Amino acid sequence: MNRLEELLREAFPGGEVSVEDRTGGGDHFQVSVVSPRFEGLSLVEQHRLVYDALAAPLADGTIHELRISTKGAK
Amino acid sequence: MKDQLQEIIEREDVVLFMKGTPQFVMCGNSQRALDALRRAGAPVTAVDILPDPAIRQELSALSGWPTIPQVFVRGELIGGADIVEELEQSGELERTLTDKLGEGYHAEERVVALA
Repeated sequence: MNRLEELLREAFPGGEVSVEDRTGGGDHFQVSVVSPRFEGLSLVEQHRLVYDALAAPLADGTIHELRISTKGAK
Repeated sequence: MKDQLQEIIEREDVVLFMKGTPQFVMCGNSQRALDALRRAGAPVTAVDILPDPAIRQELSALSGWPTIPQVFVRGELIGGADIVEELEQSGELERTLTDKLGEGYHAEERVVALA
């Protein structure tokens, strides 16, 4: 969970990042990111940036299920 | 397989790549996407990705989207469960469907199997 937060903070400096372990099992996560990087992007593009940031834990099976919520900074 | 996927994505108005079928959904996120599409009255063509691991591999290579479900409208990736749910709640999903498919877009859902 901390690793996911770290990866997201690296990818979205100055953004608001939260990671919730939805089931307590350490593999179903809800991540929320508010970042100026999202401005002007479609939701698909925004979620792609989050997938890119979490590519390693997605590939190695750390993340079994991922829910994403994104917002551009106001 | 890749050509088949491409063909379905281009041919069908609304494609939902999911785990299981609308009658027997095998994953919570596929259910969430299906429910949101149903609420919007989308003419869903469902494709079960579970019968062959190659379907999912080829699909993600094609779309650049790592997870299932994936929803396409008129050939364009709209998103996964989170986005489709968000768009449905804001009313934007119905607007997108109307824009792309016209006012009378509502239709029966159906299932297409990949050989």
